[in-house]
Amino acid sequence: MSQRNPAASSMSAGLFEGSTRTIRSLADEEIAISVENLDLYYGDSQALKNITMQIPKQRVTAFIGPSGCGKSTLLRCFNRMNDLVDACRIEGAINLHGANIYDRKTDVAELRRQVGMVFQKPNPFPKTIYENVAYGLRLQGVNNKRVLDEVVERSIKAVGLWEEVKDRLQSNAFGLSGGQQQRLVIARAIAIEPEVILLDEPTSALDPISTAKIEELVEELKQQYTILIVTHNMQQAARVSDYTAYMYLGELIEYADTMHLFTNPREKATEDYITGRYG
Amino acid sequence: MENKRIGGHYSHRYDAELEEVVNRVLAMGGLVESQLTNALQAFIDADSQIAQEVTENDTRVNTFEVTIDERCVEILARRQPAAMDLRLIVAVIKTITDLERIGDLAVAIARTAMRQAEGDRPRKQIFRDIETMGNRVISMLAGALDAFARMDAMAAVEVVRQDFAIDSDHEAIVRQNVTFMMEDPRNISRLLDISHAVRALERVGDHARNMCEYTIYFVKGRDVRHIDLSEMEAIVHGKKAPAEG
Repeated sequence: MSQRNPAASSMSAGLFEGSTRTIRSLADEEIAISVENLDLYYGDSQALKNITMQIPKQRVTAFIGPSGCGKSTLLRCFNRMNDLVDACRIEGAINLHGANIYDRKTDVAELRRQVGMVFQKPNPFPKTIYENVAYGLRLQGVNNKRVLDEVVERSIKAVGLWEEVKDRLQSNAFGLSGGQQQRLVIARAIAIEPEVILLDEPTSALDPISTAKIEELVEELKQQYTILIVTHNMQQAARVSDYTAYMYLGELIEYADTMHLFTNPREKATEDYITGRYG
Repeated sequence: MENKRIGGHYSHRYDAELEEVVNRVLAMGGLVESQLTNALQAFIDADSQIAQEVTENDTRVNTFEVTIDERCVEILARRQPAAMDLRLIVAVIKTITDLERIGDLAVAIARTAMRQAEGDRPRKQIFRDIETMGNRVISMLAGALDAFARMDAMAAVEVVRQDFAIDSDHEAIVRQNVTFMMEDPRNISRLLDISHAVRALERVGDHARNMCEYTIYFVKGRDVRHIDLSEMEAIVHGKKAPAEG
């Protein structure tokens, strides 16, 4: 059997771990979030159509698709950001820890503590670097300086920003570069120890070096957090994610292991999109 | 060349770049095919003139390899191809390596032909068998190139099947050679030389098989190296790998 090619048969792939790249399967993953028959309407128009998918824990799941495909809308469903949109109606369920986050009993503030979000444009608060990171804890009523110092330092270190800002923690966060601000915002998100981090095109306003730093950070953060990322940059999805979902016109067209999706997609629509062809 | 599998990008220039690469591979394949045909003819007819031409033409084969590789690297760097475009580039890079080796083997056969032209020739029977085997090899190579040109995985599997006949031709000729050597030890050095040429032909069959495997990889997205023919057939005729999730 040693002569056989493990990559030739997906059945045997698991037996050869280490020697070849095993195609990941959601069946082997612990599931963090499960989306069931999710429909979303903005007034009369339907933006998400019957989305059902399982998001694996401590993995990076990327959402790709052309503008208007619903990927950002879907991302915003995971911490109920769409609640803020008038005329937005949601049917179906998103289960986190076995409970539907759209249940009336859900504490939305607590949900958003568990599911943090980072946007395209860095949005630090007009406060010091320190206070930006400490903000979430202060909201929770933590005022012990020792605890705050510790969390601020740990969070800023986790995003690789510590060496750059440790001597100016009391300076205004707006003095940081775009890439630094984006990392600061991620530090702010992880300071309150969420379980899930939603990244909505987190690098589209950044230069390539800052982008690389954020991507490196994503790789580290997934040891601890479940990460969902929406990106227009397909190469970024290919680089950072474990699973990729391709969406088109509000539908989930294909959702698979990233390596599989980018080398041998099942659907022609996915193939056309990732290779830059018109369907 | 109008190929649906290559064209259809928003960028027409990208279509053109991929088409150009494929056309160059086919041109290289045509050259290698003629190198092999000429080498075999030189060998059978002990024609040192043709053999000489084959050795001289080898630089053209090498140039093809280098320039196609260059184009592929450029496409990888500039376009970051995905899915079937990526598989095409990978298949091309590997295919031309095998083609270049076949070119080298044609030169090896041509060199044997030059040595054969210098002395007495052994029995005719050997040459008839080698010619039969050689024609099988040439047709296998042509089939492999054709399967690539048409991007036809099923045709590629059929070509792979031909390799078995070539392997048994090879075995039979070697066995016969050994018998002749035992009959008259004075023939040993000449017959060894012939055995090398036959071995080279057999290797061409292996390279053609590799090329078919790359074509199957490109078309089906499945790696079919180092598995037996029945499994390969199942993959080509069956479904694609089940997508996860």
